[in-house]
Amino acid sequence: MSTSTTTPAGPSAAATDSEPRPRKSSTGHVILAIVSWVVGIVFFFPVLWMVLTAFKQEADAYTSPPKLFFAPTLDQFKEVLSAGAAPALLNSLFATVVSTILVLLLAIPAAFAVSLRPVAKTRDVLFFFISTKMLPVVAAIVPIYVVVNEIHAVDNIWTLVVLYTAMNLPIAVWMMRSFFLEVPGALLEAASIDGASIGRTMREVVLPVVSPGIAATALICVIFAWNEFFIAVNLTAAQAGTVPVFLVGFITSEGLYFAKLCAAATLAALPVVIAGWVAQNKLVQGLSFGAVK
Amino acid sequence: MAEVVYDHASRIYTPGAKPAVNQLSLDIEDGEFVVFVGPSGCGKSTALRMLAGLEEIDAGAIRIGGKNMVGVPSRDRDIAMVFQNYALYPNKTVGENMDFPLKMRGMSKEERDKKVRAAGEVLGLTEFLDRKPRALSGGQRQRVAMGRAIVREPQVFLMDEPLSNLDAKMRVGTRAEIAALQTRLGVTTIYVTHDQVEAMTMGNRVAVLKLGELQQFATPAELYDSPKNAFVAGFIGSPAMNLYTVPMADEGARVGGQVIKLTAAQRAAISAAGITTVTIGIRPEQWSANSTNGSEQGIAAEITVVEELGSDAFIYGNLATDPSESIVVRTSGRSGARIGDKISLHTISDELHLFHPETGERL
Repeated sequence: MSTSTTTPAGPSAAATDSEPRPRKSSTGHVILAIVSWVVGIVFFFPVLWMVLTAFKQEADAYTSPPKLFFAPTLDQFKEVLSAGAAPALLNSLFATVVSTILVLLLAIPAAFAVSLRPVAKTRDVLFFFISTKMLPVVAAIVPIYVVVNEIHAVDNIWTLVVLYTAMNLPIAVWMMRSFFLEVPGALLEAASIDGASIGRTMREVVLPVVSPGIAATALICVIFAWNEFFIAVNLTAAQAGTVPVFLVGFITSEGLYFAKLCAAATLAALPVVIAGWVAQNKLVQGLSFGAVK
Repeated sequence: MAEVVYDHASRIYTPGAKPAVNQLSLDIEDGEFVVFVGPSGCGKSTALRMLAGLEEIDAGAIRIGGKNMVGVPSRDRDIAMVFQNYALYPNKTVGENMDFPLKMRGMSKEERDKKVRAAGEVLGLTEFLDRKPRALSGGQRQRVAMGRAIVREPQVFLMDEPLSNLDAKMRVGTRAEIAALQTRLGVTTIYVTHDQVEAMTMGNRVAVLKLGELQQFATPAELYDSPKNAFVAGFIGSPAMNLYTVPMADEGARVGGQVIKLTAAQRAAISAAGITTVTIGIRPEQWSANSTNGSEQGIAAEITVVEELGSDAFIYGNLATDPSESIVVRTSGRSGARIGDKISLHTISDELHLFHPETGERL
């Protein structure tokens, strides 16, 4: 997934890099180009194989070497969807979207406070945030399970929403803080002299400036929440199962039906790829402070 | 429009340490253009930011139109500020940037549009109103920042080194434009700069600061003609005044092996202070320089640098009797002086400046 989001930036970055340099021998360039293509294909190949296999009949999926030319079919996708993928996709979507919105609602004011209005213990607070990520989830899962079980919230999608929000909040605060630190202090001072309250300064001045940062933070939260497996597999069952849980259940029940498995995996990967593609413009645009330099 | 009063205003960052601004007292009249000038770290920006409400007033008071500003947030002070880096809102167009302070004050859309267009016309920004700041040149951004300040017709304009990001030629032009605009609008203006040329050319009055202390608050001419102490004397004027701390002789002060005659009043002031050495200040244009032919009586010096400016020239050199003491002399633009030439110097003015050698105070 990460390969597909970074690929668009790759060639353009390489192009701007090579321009100012003095010209190397053309054979050197050719070799470098070949190496980078090979590396790129090696990384991309498993994804390509997965997507291609998803469109094959089960019989074609087993041939070795894999067939490149075949009659594509949507049969596998149909079977996967009829096997219960839809509720899992909806669960994942709900947990991901709601937790990401909650994370942003909480992390943006928090990061604003710790970056623009630092107090004596701000560093300690920041360390506390990140320290919560140091405990392995495996170590925390038993107490979490006990608590969730006590409040009768096992196999409830809201449980995942709360846990994913907690899981992503420290990272989001840290990311947003680094974006807020890039906002020139003079902008805030100008807004306050121009008569804006803190709230309006935030809405009208700061948030538009850090919007690429918000997009990046949201994307990271979406990816982490969508891909989360461990908490989901332990705290959900039939009702609130998410896509990763569904995928695993699929492997055991269907044995070695590669084409179906690939179709399910492709479906699981698709939303994150789309999210990355949507956020791409904002991400590439970066923070532009043309007005103050 | 209003008068601004600094009443023993202090800013103390760390208790016990020297204040960034110490007991600053200034009476700035309604409609006046006042410049705060001084070297880096003199507290000029801090003093301005205290007036803006961006720094606390830790002691004393600052009053705008008679109203004490201690504890009043920036947005309630009815001021406008132009920042060194302009601080334009990058996501807003030029028009929206100028509109923002009006919108924050709840003015109607119609009235706002009218005012923004008017300000745009005054500053020649009409065709750029729909552009984003990043599509503008440095000079245009500077004007947008000015526009955002004037559009609201505040009581006081504050400007924090607004020209320092412009190139030299643009700076001179914009300097005159700002001064003209201020005269026309008649709004009390406080302008901070480290450039004494800006201070001298723009201000009705100039406050010279050093290490958080006010040195002198006077008109540019007064600063130049009768600096209150050796620091002001050396800071105002370009090139800087020649300052030598030298022993007294019967008739005057002994500089470079010669005696520079002082008036009776000056000698009386020196003896009243009970000192035997004095700091004497001579402006570059108060020297006359002749090339030496062996029989000259003046102060001997050797030229190290010649700056030909066209209309006049500045000759830099060292005294023959003490090469560690440098001199700078203004001559006509076609003096023909060369590096390495020996010259002899005479003072051609009685208006020499004398300062106490220890306190630096004017005698």
